[in-house]
Amino acid sequence: MGETEGKKDEADYKRLQTFPLVRHSDMPEEMRVETMELCVTACEKFSNNNESAAKMIKETMDKKFGSSWHVVIGEGFGFEITHEVKNLLYLYFGGTLAVCVWKCS
Amino acid sequence: CLLFLFFFQSLNMGRGTRKRDEDSGTEVGEGTDEWSQSKTTVRPPDQLELTDAELKEEFTRILTANNPHAPQNIVRYSFKEGTYKLIGFVNQLAVHFSQVGNLIPKDSDEGRRQNYRDEMAAGSQESVKVVLSDTENLEEDEEPKEAEAEAEAEAEAETGSQIDVPTVEAVETVPEEELMTPRQPKERKLTNKFNFSERASQTFNNLLRDRDCQMEPPPRTNFSATANQWEIYDAYMEELEKQEKTKEKEKAKTPVAKKSGKMAMRKLTSMESQSDDITKVTQAAKIVERMVNQNTYDDVAQDFKYYEDAADEYRDQEGTLLPLWKFQNDKAKHLAVTALCWNPKYKDLFAVGHGSYDFMKQSRGMLLLYSMKNPSFPEYTFSSDSGIMCLDMHMDHPYLVVVGHYDGNVAIYNLKKPQTQPSFRSTAKSGKHTDPVWQVKWEKYDDMDHNLNFFSVSSDGRIVSWTLVKSELVHTDVIKLKVEGSTTEVPEGLQLHTVGCGTAFDFHKEINYMFLVGTEEGKIYKCSKSYSSQFLDTYDAHNMAVDAVTWNPYHAKVFMSCSSDWTVKIWDHTIKTPMFIYDLNSAVGDVAWSPYSSTVFAAVTTDGKAHVFDLAVNKYEAICNQPVVAKKKNKITHVQFNPIYPIIIIGDDRGHVTCLKLSPNLRKMPKEKKGQEVQKGPAVEIAKLDKLLNLVREVKT
Repeated sequence: MGETEGKKDEADYKRLQTFPLVRHSDMPEEMRVETMELCVTACEKFSNNNESAAKMIKETMDKKFGSSWHVVIGEGFGFEITHEVKNLLYLYFGGTLAVCVWKCS
Repeated sequence: CLLFLFFFQSLNMGRGTRKRDEDSGTEVGEGTDEWSQSKTTVRPPDQLELTDAELKEEFTRILTANNPHAPQNIVRYSFKEGTYKLIGFVNQLAVHFSQVGNLIPKDSDEGRRQNYRDEMAAGSQESVKVVLSDTENLEEDEEPKEAEAEAEAEAEAETGSQIDVPTVEAVETVPEEELMTPRQPKERKLTNKFNFSERASQTFNNLLRDRDCQMEPPPRTNFSATANQWEIYDAYMEELEKQEKTKEKEKAKTPVAKKSGKMAMRKLTSMESQSDDITKVTQAAKIVERMVNQNTYDDVAQDFKYYEDAADEYRDQEGTLLPLWKFQNDKAKHLAVTALCWNPKYKDLFAVGHGSYDFMKQSRGMLLLYSMKNPSFPEYTFSSDSGIMCLDMHMDHPYLVVVGHYDGNVAIYNLKKPQTQPSFRSTAKSGKHTDPVWQVKWEKYDDMDHNLNFFSVSSDGRIVSWTLVKSELVHTDVIKLKVEGSTTEVPEGLQLHTVGCGTAFDFHKEINYMFLVGTEEGKIYKCSKSYSSQFLDTYDAHNMAVDAVTWNPYHAKVFMSCSSDWTVKIWDHTIKTPMFIYDLNSAVGDVAWSPYSSTVFAAVTTDGKAHVFDLAVNKYEAICNQPVVAKKKNKITHVQFNPIYPIIIIGDDRGHVTCLKLSPNLRKMPKEKKGQEVQKGPAVEIAKLDKLLNLVREVKT
C-alpha cells in the first residue's frame, strides 16, 4: 500500500514538476525569460543527453548574446563560478535537473 | 639524356628540300583527304616558274642509311700486313643536332637520386637558403651528396653513362637543371621545362605600429551553489506549496467560496480587526488631542467657567465681553463666516458655514463643526465647490445640517456618515434656486408623513419648502415674492411682476403657518404658508437690504430686524411701525435675541463691533459696545448666543470665529428683593417686555 502510494507520489511529483524553477538569476527580465525558455527547450529535446542539451544552450546563447557562455546541466553538482554580472541564470527543471548558465569571457 | 639523330640523303638536295617544304602539307592532303578540304596553294613570291612538263617530271628520292659525305676511300697502314690497305668499313654516323634534355625518368637512378636530394633539402635546409643559393653552390652541394650516395648507385651511374654519348656536353646543362629542381614544390611534381616560367617582384612591407588602450573589464561576481536531488525536490515542493496558498487566497477572495468559507471568514475578520485598529488609534489620538488642548487652553476654560468681571459691580449698567477661544482653520482661510449655528443637543458644538459675501470673489465653501473642547481643530470638515451662505441644524436630529449655497443649491450633510459629500442635494432638475440661498431653516414640525422638511429663501424671490422623501429632496414653492405696486399690465392681459429678493426669514414660534421674510428692498413681509399669492402684512422696514429678521423667543408678537442701513428695529407684528430703532453707525450684519432674557439681544456691525442691548436696563443705547476683532478691516458677519452658557460666538469675514463671554451686567436678572422669591419663566419675561412695549405704544398712541 505504502509502496504504491510512494509510486503515485513520485508520478505526481514528476507530473507536477515540469515547470522550470529559477533559483537564482541576475539577468534582465527579458533575457531571463528567453534563456529560461531555451533551457526548457534544450532539456526537453535532449531529455536523455545532458551534454547535448548543454551544447545546444551554450551555442544558442553564444549566438544570441555574444560569446563565452558556459552551461552546466546535471542532477547533482556543486560549483563556484565567476560570471559577468547580469549574466547568470541558475534554475531547476523537470524535478531532477539543475541548469546553470552564465557568461564569462 | 635523349639523343636524336636524323639522316637525310637526297639525290638533289638544292631543289629537293625546297620542294618538300612546299608540298609536305598538301601532298598528304591530296593523297588521303581530298574531299574534306579545298586545295589552297600558298606560293612564296620568289617561287620558280616551272612549266607543266617540268612540274610533271618525277624525281626519285631515296632515303638511305649511308652517309653520302662519308669517305669511301680511307686507306690506313696495316702493321700486320705491312702495307696500306683500303678500309671497307666506314662509320656512317653523322651528328647534325644535339640537345640535352632535363627530364629524368622517375625510375632511373638519377631520378631516384634527385628525389632523395630534394627530400634531404626539404628536411634539413631552410627554403630561403635553397632559393638564394647559387648554381655553383648547388654544384658543390651536389657533389658531396653524390659522394654520399650509395656506391652501387654510383657504379651503376658510371656504367650507365657509357650509353650516353654526350655526357661531357651534358655537364653544361646540369646547373640549370639543378637550379630548377630545388625550387619545385614538395609534392615532387616535376615542372614542365618547356612552358614553365617564373616571375617575382618585391614590394615594400607596410610599417607596423602598436597602439593599445586599457578599459575596465566587465564587472564580475562569484556565484556558488550545490545542486543535488534533495535540494531540487525541496525547492519544487516549496514552490508548489506557495502556489497552493495563492490559489487558496484567490478562493478566499471570492465570496462564493463555500468550503474555504471559514478560512475566508477568519481572514476577513482579521482584516476587519486591522481596520478597527486604525479607528482605535484615531479614538486614542482624539483623546490625546483633547487632553493636549485641555492643557493648552486651561486658562481659557477656567475663564469660561468661573471668571466674572468684578468691575461690573462698579460700572453700573454697562457690561463687557471677554474673549475666550478663537476658532480658525487653514483650509477656511480667507473664507468669510457666512453662517453660525449652535448644535441643539451638544451645547459645546457649533457649525460654521464659510463662503463669501463678495459678489466678485466667489470661490469654494466649507462647512466646519467646532467644539469648545477642541478649539484648535474642527470636529467635522466638509468642502463644497460653491460657497455656503447659510445653515441650520435640526432640533430633533442634531446630526442633520442643512446648508444653502451661493449657486442656489441646498444640501443636507449627515454628520453620522463619514462621507465628505452631502447626503442630499438639490439639483437644477429638482427646483434649486437660481440665486444665492440666503437662509435655510428646518421646520420644527414634520409633515403628516413624518418626513423632515425645511424652508429656504433666495434672491430669486421664491420661498421653497423642501421635503426629505426617502432618498430625495422634493420641493414645493411656498410663495413668490412680488414687489407691491410693481405689477405692470401688458396688452395680452398678462401680469408681469418684479420679484422681491428674499434675504432672511423666520418662523413664528407659536403660530405655525406664519413667518416673516426680509427682502433686499428693505421690506419685510408677513406671510402664511397657506397663501402663496398674498402677504398677510408688509412692513416698510428698512432702506437697504434686510440682513436678519428674528422673532423674540419669549414674546410672540415681537420681532427684530436689522439691515445694512445701519439700523436695528424692533417690531410688534401687529403694528406697522417699529417699536424701537437703534442706529449703530455701521451696517448691521446680524442680530440675535438672547435665550435667557426677552429684553437682551446682540447686534454686530461691519466696523468690527459687537453691541449688546438690554432693553430692561437701557432702552436707548447698548449696554455693551465693544470692538471684538483685532483689525479694523475685519468685518463681523454673524453672531449667535449659546443656548445655555453666557457666551456668544462671532464670525468675521476672515474666517475666524471668536467666542466671548458676557459679563454679569449683560445678563443681569431682576434684583432679588428681600423675602420675595424671584419669579422666573417665560411669563415673567413676556411681562417684562410687554411693560416696555406698553411704554412705547402709549407714546405712539
